[in-house]
Amino acid sequence: MQPTDTKDPQYYHKVVDCQWACPAHTNVPEYIRLIAEGRYTDSYMLNRKSNVFPGILGRTCDRPCEPACRRVRVEDEPVAICRLKRVAADLRDEVKHLLPKAPPVTNGKKVALIGAGPASLTVANDLVPLGYEVTIFEALPKAGGLMRTNIPSFRLPVRVLEEEIDYILDMGVDIRYGHRIDSMKELLDDGGFDAVFVGTGAPKGKELNIPGRAEGAANIHIGIEWLEAIHFEHIDEVGERVLVIGVGNTAMDCCRSAKRLGGKDIKVMARKTRPFFKASPWELEDAEEEQVEILVNHSPQRFVIEDGRLTGMTFDIVEWTENEKGRLVSTKLDEVFIPADDVVLAIGQDNAFPWIERDIGIEFGEWDMPVVDRATFMTTRPGVFVGGDAAWGPENIIWAVEHGHQAAISIHNHCQGLPVTERPPYGMTLVSTKMGIHEWRYSNDYNPANRTPMRYEDLEKRLADIKVEAELGYDIPQTAREVERCLNCDIQTDFTAKLCIECDACVDVCPVQCLTMTENGTETELRDRLMAPADNLEQAIYVSEDLPQTKRVMVKDEDVCVHCGLCAERCPTAAWDMMQFDLINPHAGQDTWSTVAATA
Amino acid sequence: MSYITKPVARHKGTRINALGLTMRDYEGSMSTLCAGCGHDSVTAALIQSFFELDVEPHRVAKLSGIGCSSKTPTYFIREAHGFNSVHGRMPSIAAGANAANKDLLYVGISGDGDSLSIGLGQFCHAIRRNVNMLYVLENNGVYGLTKGQFSASADVGTKSKQGEVNQQGPIDPVNLALTLGATFVARSFSGDKAQLVPILKAGFAHRGFAFVDVISPCVTFNDHVGSTKSYAHTRTHMHEVVETDFVPIRSEIRTAYAEGSARAVKMHDGSTLHLRKVAEDYDPTNRVAVIEYLGGVVARGEVPTGLLYLAEAGADMHEFSQTVDRPLVDLPYETLCPGSGALAELQKEWW
Ligand SMILES: Cc1cc2nc3c(=O)[nH]c(=O)nc-3n(C[C@H](O)[C@H](O)[C@H](O)COP(=O)(O)OP(=O)(O)OC[C@H]3O[C@@H](n4cnc5c(N)ncnc54)[C@H](O)[C@@H]3O)c2cc1C
Ligand SMILES: Cc1ncc(C[n+]2csc(CCOP(=O)(O)OP(=O)(O)O)c2C)c(N)n1
Ligand code: SF4
Ligand code: SF4
Ligand code: SF4
Ligand SMILES: [Mg+2]
Repeated sequence: MQPTDTKDPQYYHKVVDCQWACPAHTNVPEYIRLIAEGRYTDSYMLNRKSNVFPGILGRTCDRPCEPACRRVRVEDEPVAICRLKRVAADLRDEVKHLLPKAPPVTNGKKVALIGAGPASLTVANDLVPLGYEVTIFEALPKAGGLMRTNIPSFRLPVRVLEEEIDYILDMGVDIRYGHRIDSMKELLDDGGFDAVFVGTGAPKGKELNIPGRAEGAANIHIGIEWLEAIHFEHIDEVGERVLVIGVGNTAMDCCRSAKRLGGKDIKVMARKTRPFFKASPWELEDAEEEQVEILVNHSPQRFVIEDGRLTGMTFDIVEWTENEKGRLVSTKLDEVFIPADDVVLAIGQDNAFPWIERDIGIEFGEWDMPVVDRATFMTTRPGVFVGGDAAWGPENIIWAVEHGHQAAISIHNHCQGLPVTERPPYGMTLVSTKMGIHEWRYSNDYNPANRTPMRYEDLEKRLADIKVEAELGYDIPQTAREVERCLNCDIQTDFTAKLCIECDACVDVCPVQCLTMTENGTETELRDRLMAPADNLEQAIYVSEDLPQTKRVMVKDEDVCVHCGLCAERCPTAAWDMMQFDLINPHAGQDTWSTVAATA
Repeated sequence: MSYITKPVARHKGTRINALGLTMRDYEGSMSTLCAGCGHDSVTAALIQSFFELDVEPHRVAKLSGIGCSSKTPTYFIREAHGFNSVHGRMPSIAAGANAANKDLLYVGISGDGDSLSIGLGQFCHAIRRNVNMLYVLENNGVYGLTKGQFSASADVGTKSKQGEVNQQGPIDPVNLALTLGATFVARSFSGDKAQLVPILKAGFAHRGFAFVDVISPCVTFNDHVGSTKSYAHTRTHMHEVVETDFVPIRSEIRTAYAEGSARAVKMHDGSTLHLRKVAEDYDPTNRVAVIEYLGGVVARGEVPTGLLYLAEAGADMHEFSQTVDRPLVDLPYETLCPGSGALAELQKEWW
C-alpha cells in the first residue's frame, strides 16, 4: 500500500467516528473534554459553532453519532454524547456576549427565507453576521418549525427552544409571522431579494384512506396536525382509549402526548414486528415505560362507526414471510376489532409545494419535488435554494442545520458573484498533547464504566402535566463519570517513520493489538497479517513510510484503538505522538487554513 | 513508567487459548523499564509463548536476580509464583526450588551482569546440574540498572555512551554454556519475535537447562552508534544459523521441508521441533562442531542466532540425585525426614 496521507484532513476526521457521523461535524470529543473541565460555556459555544442549537439538540437530536461511537466497538454502549450536550447547555453561563453579531452596516444584499424551522434559522445565523439583510416569512405566529409545533414540551421545554431561537432572531432578523408565502413567483418578482431559501419542511401528514375515514373524522387526527394543535393549546384532552397508527418517532410523541391529555388505554398499532420499527430505541423505551402498549402485526382495515361516532377499528392480524424475491409479504391470520375513542395517524409526512409555480425556472422532478443540487442546495433557478425537510423529505433537526450551513455558503457565493460550486475546503490543526514523559493534555486513563442511565421525573408527576420535562438530565457525578467514557478519538496517534528504531515497544504495549510492523503488501494482505485481523472494512488501516532499519512498514488498524497513548508513552524516540486534531469545518464567509503544527 | 493502568478493553477478535485465556491474561503489572527497552519485548515474547502453549499460570515459577532484566518477571503472569533473589544468586534459588518441587515450570530471567559478572559461578553450576528450567539471559552488554557500565559481555572495541572504548574480552554465554555441557543452547534477538517465540517455546518443552541468550538492547545506555549491542548493529550483524519451528503436542505437522534441509526432533514432552539449517553442514547435535562453527561466525564480527545446540536425552538434576518421582514438597514430613532413629540406622553402615 501507499503510505497514508495524514495531511488530508479527512483521514483523521474519519477516525473521530462521532464527528464524522454528525451531519454538522460537531467536535464531540473536545466538547466532552470541556465539560469534564467544567468549562460548560466553552463547550456550549463549541457545539453551537457546528450545530447551532445545543440545548434543543441535547434533548432531541436523532444522534447519528452514537451508533458510530468507537465505544460501541470496544464495549457495547456508546458514550451518551447527546445527554452530555444537554449538560453543557443546562450549565452554561450567559452566552449572549459571545454570540456572533450583525455588523453595524449591512452589505446591501437581501435574502428571503421561507419558513422559520431549523434550516432557515441556521441560514440566518450564518448570514446575518456577514452583513446580509435577512427576512424570514413564517406562516405560523411563532418560530421554530416542527421543533416547536411537533416536538412535545415534555421532551423539549419551550423555554429552551425559545432561548436558542432568540439568539438568532435577536442578531437582527426581520421575521414576518403569520405570513404564508402563496406564490413564489410573486416573491421573486416583487420581493427585491438577491437570494431566496426555501425551508418550509414536509408539512403534510399522510392519510389513511380506508372505510369510515370520512364518517369518523371528528375523532380521527393527523399526527403532526394534532401535535401542533396541542402545542397551541387548541386541544387539551383526548378520549380514554386511543389508537396510534404507525410506529415511528411521531407515533411515540403522539402516544406519550395522549397519555398526558387523559388517555388511559393507549395502543400503538404496528403492521410489522419490532426490528422494523422506525422509532429510535430510546423513544420506544420511554413510551413503554409510560405504559403505552405496542401491538405488532396489526394491519388497519376499517374505522368502525356507530350512530355517526367512531367506536374503534378493525385490524387484520398478519404474519410476515419472505417470498422468493426476498420481499416480505403478509398473510392474514385473523381479524380483530379494537375499541377506541380517538385515533391518531402517524404514518409519515409528505412535501407539498402548491405555492411554487411550475413555470418560473424551478424544475420539478420525481415525486413532484424540486430538483435540488446535493452539494450546493440550489434549484435549477440560480439564486433559489432549498434545504431541511423541504429538500428531499423528512429528516431531522441536525440535517436541517447542516443543510442550512451549506446553503448559506452557496447564498454567500451567489451574492458575491462566485460560483456556488466553489466550496471552501476543510482544514485542520494538529497539535501535540505531550506535556511530559508520561503526561498528556488529555485524560488517557481508560474508564471501563458502563453507560450512565438517565434520571427521569417521577412517572405520576410527568404524566400529570404535558409541560413537565420527562428527562432530568445528568447530575454532576453522573456527568463526571460519563465524560470519562469518551475515548478521545480526536487525539490522534501520529507516526513519524524516520524516528522509529523498531524496538517493538508500541506493538507490545497496545492493549487492543492495533499495531503491527510487517512487510508491505496489498490492503487485503495487510489486513489479514496484523496482530489481530483488521476485518472491519469500514475502518481505515494506516500504513507508514518504510521503516529505517528493516524497510518494513508500521501498520495501524484504526478500528478499536482506544487512544490511550500507551504507544506514544512507550516509544523511546517519540515516533508516535498523541496529537489533537481539530477539523476546520468551513461555514459561510469564514476563511479556512490548514496548519499542521510540528511535533513538540 | 506509565501512570495509567493498561486499558482493560481488548480487540473483539482476540485469540483465546485452550484454557479459555487471552494473551492479556498472561500479563503482569505495567513495565517500569525505559520506553523502548529490549527487555519489554522479551516479556511480550514470553507472554505470547505461554499463551500459545496453554500454560496454566499457577504452575509457573518466575525467578530472577537483580538488574533491569531481572525486573522482567513482574511484567508477565501475575498469578505465577515468583522469587527475586540477591544479585547473581537466582540459579541457586532455582535449583533449590526445583529440588523441592519439580512439578512447577521454572523460568529464570537474568542479565549479562547478573549471570556473567557477579553470578558467573552460580550460572555455571546450574548448567552442570542441568536444572530443569528455561533460563533467559537478557543481554545488553551493560549494567543497565546502575547506569550503563560495561558488563562482562561487552565486546572489545564497543563504545560506551560517553565514548569510552571497552578493552577487556567478553564472556560469550553461548560458548560458555556449550563448553559446560548445556543440553539446550540458543541465541535470539528481542527485536525478532518470529525467531524468539519458537525458541522460547522449545526451551520450555526441553527437559533440563534450556539456555536462551537474547540480545536485548538497552535503549538508554547502549543503543548508540559504536555499540555492538544496539538495535541497528544487531539487525545488520545477525547471522541466523538455524531456523526453529515449534510444533506442540497433538498438533498436526503442516509444513513440508525439502529433504535434508530440516531435522525433526521429538521433545521430551511429546512436541516436535523442526530445525532448519541455514548454513550447510551445520549439525546442531554435534557439540564440538557447533563450538567450532560458531567460533568462526563470531570471529567475523557476526552474531550467530537460532537454536544452536540441542541434546534431548541428557539427565537432569533429579535424575543425577535419583530423587523419587513425587515432588519432595508432596511427601509427608515423616517420609521426608524419618527422624533420628532412621539416621542412626543409616549411620550404622559406617560404624
Ligand atoms: C412529531 C415529530 C417529532 C420529531 N422529533 C424530532 C426529534 O426528536 N429530533 C429531531 O432531530 N427531529 C425530529 N423531528 C423532525 C424535525 O422536527 C424536522 O426534521 C425539522 O424540524 C425540519 O426542519 P426544517 O427547517 O426543514 O422545517 P420545519 O421544522 O418543518 O419548519 C418549516 C416551517 O416552515 C413554515 N412554512 C411552511 N410552508 C410555508 C409557507 N408557504 N410560507 C411560510 N412558512 C411556511 C412552517 O410553518 C414551519 O414553521 C420530528 C418531527 C416530527 C413530525
Ligand atoms: C550484590 C550486589 N552488587 C551490586 C549491585 C548493584 N547492581 C545492581 S544491578 C547491577 C547490574 C545489572 O546488570 P545486568 O544483569 O546486565 O542487568 P541490566 O540492568 O543490564 O538488565 C548491579 C551491579 C547489587 N544490586 N547487588
Ligand atoms: S493509542 Fe496506541 S497503544 Fe493505545 S490503543 Fe491506540 S494504538 Fe494502541
Ligand atoms: S516504540 Fe517507537 S521506536 Fe519503538 S517500534 Fe514503536 S514507534 Fe518504533
Ligand atoms: S536502563 Fe537500559 S536495560 Fe534498564 S530499563 Fe532502561 S533501557 Fe532497559
Ligand atoms: Mg545488562
